[in-house]
Amino acid sequence: MASTEADVFDRLGRGLSALGAWIDARFPMTKLIKEHATEYYASKNFNVWYGFGVIATFVLVLQLVTGIFLTMNYKPSAAEAFGSVEYIMRDVDWGWLIRYLHSTGASAFFIVVYLHMFRGLLYGSYKKPRELVWIIGMFIYLALMAEAFFGYLLPWGNMSYWGAQVIVTLFGSVPWVGDELAEWIRGDFYISDITLNRFFAFHVIAVPLMLLLLVVVHIMALHEVGSNNPDGIEIKEHKGPNGKPIDGVAFHPYHTSKDLVIVIVFMIVFAAVVFFAPDMGGYFLEHANFEPADPLRTPEHIAPVWYFTPFYAILRAVPNERIGVALMGLAVLLPFFLPWLDRCRVKSIRYRSGFYKITLMTFAVTFVALGYLGLQPPTTLVARLSLTFTILYFAFFVVMPFYTVREKTKPVPTRVTW
Amino acid sequence: MAESGGFTRRHFLTVATVVTGGAGAIAAAVPFVASFKPSARAQALGAPVTVDISKLELGALLRVEWRGRVVYVLHRTPAMLATLGKDAALLRDPTSKEDQQPGYAQNEHRSIRPEVLVVEGVCTHFGCAPAPRFEVAPADLGPEWPGGFFCPCHGSKFDLAGRVFTGVPAPLNLPVPAHRYINDNTILIGSDTGNS
Repeated sequence: MASTEADVFDRLGRGLSALGAWIDARFPMTKLIKEHATEYYASKNFNVWYGFGVIATFVLVLQLVTGIFLTMNYKPSAAEAFGSVEYIMRDVDWGWLIRYLHSTGASAFFIVVYLHMFRGLLYGSYKKPRELVWIIGMFIYLALMAEAFFGYLLPWGNMSYWGAQVIVTLFGSVPWVGDELAEWIRGDFYISDITLNRFFAFHVIAVPLMLLLLVVVHIMALHEVGSNNPDGIEIKEHKGPNGKPIDGVAFHPYHTSKDLVIVIVFMIVFAAVVFFAPDMGGYFLEHANFEPADPLRTPEHIAPVWYFTPFYAILRAVPNERIGVALMGLAVLLPFFLPWLDRCRVKSIRYRSGFYKITLMTFAVTFVALGYLGLQPPTTLVARLSLTFTILYFAFFVVMPFYTVREKTKPVPTRVTW
Repeated sequence: MAESGGFTRRHFLTVATVVTGGAGAIAAAVPFVASFKPSARAQALGAPVTVDISKLELGALLRVEWRGRVVYVLHRTPAMLATLGKDAALLRDPTSKEDQQPGYAQNEHRSIRPEVLVVEGVCTHFGCAPAPRFEVAPADLGPEWPGGFFCPCHGSKFDLAGRVFTGVPAPLNLPVPAHRYINDNTILIGSDTGNS
């Protein structure tokens, strides 16, 4: 008699496992899946703060895919760029959706990454042994800022133009070589077609390659040391008879199924923005950018997109260009040193002193306040407030080593709680 | 070869290989780094421009594009010129000591002809274009405002000779580009040498 249904599945199954074995003999497929998914143990008491890493990965993929499709209709030249974006918006089937996904994705990326970083601050995820995970993450953040900056010039709107003008001029304040450096970056005496063309190359090839590589290294470093958790204790220190951490569950299927829910919730919120408020009242897509770049006319009020404004406020806080630029650079670099600035042995905020809780909350408020001030026109009041919050921003890092070394902490549990 | 504690033949070969390879890598990087500089075409497009000022009325401002930036040509009235002598107390560099102008414009009016001002409309803070605000003492700029240029980006202020105010983010006076008069009514911006 011919083969039954069961026979077919049986043969298919045997065929697949033979194929798997054939691949495994040539490439560590099963080994990789085990190490990074089915036998990667992460704490079972994760809360919602632990969802932003997977959302960031999702947004990265979204940006790559929508970006690739945008390049198919976009023209990176001063004469055609603005028109080609309008063309995408009006004439390309679903072009408006692809572009809004990409532009909203840029803002979403920063929201998610800022929350992901704040999670690290809450639970001490930058501390030993995760210093490199944090530092690689900071490099991802820098690459992301570069990616956003280069991308922002591409629509060739007037705010694109003048934003780039302001940022490139920042390099002009480097001692001695400043002017030549700015000229070298622009490839011209001003932001021109040449500048647009090279920013396009950076935005679609150079920086994305670097971002992808850094994300892989970030995850490899994380999986080497293991994920932190809201209690800030090492689950590897308590292993069951099978050699697996008692408080951990396998990344796949347990965390992946939870992450699926998180991603779906994110997609609902994200879609609401894309469909109902893609310019977010001028915060995600600035109004001045709806007219083409004009080298002879500055927009009334230049502000970078919201995700750069905390640093922009620091730049404007002091009435001296060089000091302003230096402070802004320092503000971006200081978080790199957090693993060594924070000398408290306890990781999680759950068991740290009330003083640290107040300090961290003040820092969060400071960052948001600077972000708000960076969006405002430069009045005396804004300048004064910016200076106050700039001092608070730096105080968070500078004072940290002194009080954390003798911080009064609560007893830390040996097993995770929830 | 027997192991020895000192600098062995192998060490030497390793160092020599790394140094040679490193030199090669640096040499190979030169064309890539140099390709970022303004190209021959960009340099040609950045050549000097001529401006006809015969129709520029008293008190009028002409915007000229040179190297993608605005050059303001302002025909100052006697009243405007009169403010230049009186606002020194408000200014950071009233006598133009900083090297922001060619020698022939290092005077109180910062120009070749007193009445015709030629400055780049590029804020010395972050390169925005300062807006002309020629009215005296408007509500938003305060009673001391003598008329001048106000940068909308970060609030830097310049007087009618492009001299920067104190207490604003911009550190320097507006730059005066190299320029010369080809004849009574024509200015060449971008070069101050050659036959007239």
